[in-house]
Amino acid sequence: MSLVRKNVVCPFCGCLCDDIELTVEGDAITKARNSCTIGSTKFLNYGKDRLLRPRMREEGTLTEVRIDRAIMRSAEILAKASYPLLYGWSSTSCEANEVGVELADYLGGVIDNTSSVCHGPTILGVHDVGESTCTLGEVRNRADLIVYWGCNPVHSHPRHMTRYTVTSKGLFRQSRKERTLIVVDVRKTHTAKLADRFIRIEPGRDFELLSALRMLVMDQEIDAKKVAGIPVNKLEDLAELLISCEFGALFFGLGLTMSAGKNRNIDAALSLVRDLNRRTKFVIMPMRGHFNVAGANKVSTWETGYPFAVDFSHGYPTYNPGDASAVDLLSRGECDAALVVASDPVSNFPKAAVRNLLDIPLIVIDPHETPTSMVANVSIPSAFVGIEAVGTAYRMDGVPLMLKKVLEPPKDLLPDTEILRRILKAVRGIRGRM
Amino acid sequence: MPRLKVTIITGRSLSQGRSKELGKFSDKYRESVAVCELDPKDLRALRIRPGTNVRIRTKYGKVVLKAVKSTQSPHRGIVFLPYGPWASVIMGAETQGTGMPSFKGVPGRIEPARKESVSDLRQLLGIVER
Repeated sequence: MSLVRKNVVCPFCGCLCDDIELTVEGDAITKARNSCTIGSTKFLNYGKDRLLRPRMREEGTLTEVRIDRAIMRSAEILAKASYPLLYGWSSTSCEANEVGVELADYLGGVIDNTSSVCHGPTILGVHDVGESTCTLGEVRNRADLIVYWGCNPVHSHPRHMTRYTVTSKGLFRQSRKERTLIVVDVRKTHTAKLADRFIRIEPGRDFELLSALRMLVMDQEIDAKKVAGIPVNKLEDLAELLISCEFGALFFGLGLTMSAGKNRNIDAALSLVRDLNRRTKFVIMPMRGHFNVAGANKVSTWETGYPFAVDFSHGYPTYNPGDASAVDLLSRGECDAALVVASDPVSNFPKAAVRNLLDIPLIVIDPHETPTSMVANVSIPSAFVGIEAVGTAYRMDGVPLMLKKVLEPPKDLLPDTEILRRILKAVRGIRGRM
Repeated sequence: MPRLKVTIITGRSLSQGRSKELGKFSDKYRESVAVCELDPKDLRALRIRPGTNVRIRTKYGKVVLKAVKSTQSPHRGIVFLPYGPWASVIMGAETQGTGMPSFKGVPGRIEPARKESVSDLRQLLGIVER
């Protein structure tokens, strides 16, 4: 018998598309409608490469163990550590994040989420400048000018353009004809090929170009022929286009946060949008990647006051990205244990940081087998949030959505939240006896 | 042997996103992620055909990848690598006080490596495995 589940929220990217229709037959998803190609692949293949049994590394070999034993061993590692790192958190629920913060607080360790290696610099920029923002619904209904800067939604957020921007059907803007699309990138990306105006910028020159545009928007003259490889007269036309719209929206990606300048690029982009608001209406929004990376920042902020890289070693939360952020801590070899939740830093961190992660006891909680779970001392499989477990996630514009459970998890698999609660309880027991 | 100085950028690609969902130890993931996208003119300058293996070096390390012809050109002098373990091997860990390593705009050199093979994931992890 097949069952159709409507309005399922997709647990892939920060778009959190909430119109997915899944056909469930027995214990499998057999069809996914409305989702993008990545979302469909996720729903139809989420059972592949699963971790199904907890594992522990004993005398160099991996042994399958019962969940209680894996939880107790994890708790022992964490309770004995003097400065553990708790990392990941962007591909799980806000509820799991909440327990994660409590655990880090109790342990006197550091909790950092993956935003430190994606939009961390964006958050630093927002601390400095503030942001003019709105919901994606407002963009869909009102924006007549869309800018994608240093991002390639055709590849990374495949439905962003059709649901929220240029080809979406809004209340006051209903078609592609009513919107202008500008793309700024170092390559003529597949998104750039759809643009009305493509600005090909030289790598690492974003700060310069953003500053030049700020000058032009403020009616100042530029005493140069080119900026960032682009003729100034072309930039004057671009500035004209920016100020002549009725409602502009600038979306930016890791092209700004990962390139030279990092948070200073974001300062400049936020300032450009602030300046544009003297001439017209303009908003700015980061293209958040993992489906709940925005939620990880929200939970961390409301629990501790800080959005990522939170250090509890003083007995109260402190915040110093660049010092207590995961890559920096690991590169300096300062942590003596690590818990990774729903993330794969062994694949995605620079080699120098990975090397140190492997020198310390490592615990992984993840639905999938990953390079990080392969090298962990303890790996605990979890139910898939958004498919096998409910939970809250935040969309890239800060709108919370409820992730649904459409299937039962494989036997004995618990949601991240429950695994973390059990670890916390066991840690309290061990520390109480120490 | 021809060799080019390039600027390396890493990022997401559709096939990386899809194949990640098939499992990181799948052949599809390796085929999608252990690659580098070159501008067609850079392929010609290296005197290689698409599908040839190349060696990329930065000051942090080196890696052998399959060179593919970019469908998002022109971008002469810029090499695109999908995020993943192969790209991470040649990235540095300095964050300039931000927490964020420089994953885009990394200077490097690229040269043909016809006789070398692309590491599989387990081999690649062997570089750092405990």
